[in-house]
Amino acid sequence: MPIADQLPLLWPELILGLGAMGLLLLGVFNGEGSARNVTLGAVATLLAALAVVVFAPPKTAQAFGGMFVTNDFVLFAKALVLAGSAATLVLALRFNAAEAIERFEFPILFLLSTLGMLLMISAGDLIALYLGLELSSLALYVLAAYRRDSARSAEAGLKYFVLGALASGLLVYGASLLYGISGTTSFAGVGRAINAAPGSLGALVGLVFLAAGFAFKLSLVPFHMWTPDVYEGAPTPVTAFFAIAPKIAALTLLTRVLQGPLFGLIDIWQQLFGVLALASMAFGAFAAIAQSNIKRLMAYSSIGHMGYALVGVAAGGASGVQGVLLYLTIYLVMNLGTFACILAMRRDGRMVEEISDLAGLNRTHPGLAMALAIFMFSLAGLPPLAGFFGKLYVFLAAVEAGFVGLAIAGLLSSVVAAYYYMRVVKVMYFDEPADAFDRPFGRVTTSILGATAVATVFFFLVLSPVLDSALRAAKSLFAA
Amino acid sequence: MIAPVGLAHYLTVAAVLLTLGVLGIFLNRKNVIVMLMSIELILLAVNLQLVAFSAHLGNLAGQVFAMFVLTIAAAEAAIGLAILVVYFRNRGSIAAEDPSMMKG
Repeated sequence: MPIADQLPLLWPELILGLGAMGLLLLGVFNGEGSARNVTLGAVATLLAALAVVVFAPPKTAQAFGGMFVTNDFVLFAKALVLAGSAATLVLALRFNAAEAIERFEFPILFLLSTLGMLLMISAGDLIALYLGLELSSLALYVLAAYRRDSARSAEAGLKYFVLGALASGLLVYGASLLYGISGTTSFAGVGRAINAAPGSLGALVGLVFLAAGFAFKLSLVPFHMWTPDVYEGAPTPVTAFFAIAPKIAALTLLTRVLQGPLFGLIDIWQQLFGVLALASMAFGAFAAIAQSNIKRLMAYSSIGHMGYALVGVAAGGASGVQGVLLYLTIYLVMNLGTFACILAMRRDGRMVEEISDLAGLNRTHPGLAMALAIFMFSLAGLPPLAGFFGKLYVFLAAVEAGFVGLAIAGLLSSVVAAYYYMRVVKVMYFDEPADAFDRPFGRVTTSILGATAVATVFFFLVLSPVLDSALRAAKSLFAA
Repeated sequence: MIAPVGLAHYLTVAAVLLTLGVLGIFLNRKNVIVMLMSIELILLAVNLQLVAFSAHLGNLAGQVFAMFVLTIAAAEAAIGLAILVVYFRNRGSIAAEDPSMMKG
């Protein structure tokens, strides 16, 4: 196929890449004062890529000799990542201005990191997988340490860098073993080699190293130790970005790798990821109980949520993958709303992030308290809020696949997790009021907050179309 | 009589280098620079393994992969050192055993 026919498949990536370079030039020529314009340009670039992904005619195709793959599943995941990146970048605009850390490099790093995520979601080859993963991670390391006059931010960046680099080192070691057993780096070729000799030691060790690398990126127990420190130390909009886009990209890539080249080892990886899911759900629930910082609380919450989503991955099959996609959609909405609430927590022009700062929020800011309560109930998984449906479908898929014990353990740990979410609600509604937060919160923050709160409450109205498109996406993964 | 060096020897060396790199990150309590060196060691282990497989299989894909890993290793070292400089400016030390500012 001539290259001119393959390039249209890459429109979202081309838009992001060219946009990042163009905006970088704009920033360099116009100096520090252009930070706001570059950020707005970056948001426009992300939205343009999102529009291309959403309105592109869905088709299963390959480009560059199978290095780049696209299908309904890939497009669904890309739409989630782009929406998450655009929304967190919009939230960052006001935060950076208020904290006087506006610089034009910030949106450029956002764009490059998102570009890396899109490339890894589309990877059809171990080399493409590794390069996409590294492009996104390298930009994320810098973003974590972005607030360079803050010791906490620098420490977050350093910890994230050392453990992230170790994770990608393990992952690429696994990739090199898979290359060794199959003699090719393409997913299709690796899949053929594994199917030909399913029990080979090289394939097993390769799977384990790949799984360790992915578990680091997804902050699964026992590879979660960087998460709370990095979430606490990084600037809050960056934390929101960490909690959403890279998680979605890594989990969808993991699903594609497991259902594609590693499908021959399904008996082994189902057990492996079942155990990781179980440990993450339980640890996320128990370790969050003692937290007093809301960003750390969200870190443990995201460890737990990745565990729930992983239940769908371990279940496998079209219904498992459908559950994962539904879970990630809902996770995106809930986390975006929660972080918009956290970004509204400013007192005397400074960010406050203790749970006790929320005391009596119901009396000082009833609207904000109501929204945060909705997100907490939804994260806990109470019906009829969105979070309930996410858990319902992954647990259903697990029961269907015969993992009844895993589903029961998930239910029990979400009961424990409900305790710490309810504690936030209790502090807001029943404690003596603390001083009020600064007003106004800003139009953009308020509208994102309102939109995600409405989406969380009324999610059941759009449940069936979302489920349908998730199912279509899941089926495209198995048709290929 | 010494047996000729074969694929298994290269893989063993690569596995040992990988183990040393991982241990270097987790056991090292002195210096963050040593951690950066350990990361390089891990990536070099991967490169050795890729090139050994490539030579054994008579297939160039592994060497191409190794070139990409080398490039990434350079980028990673640059970013790691930059973050380390920022960390040092804030803390005045790069000892890994300094008490962390965050815990829980």
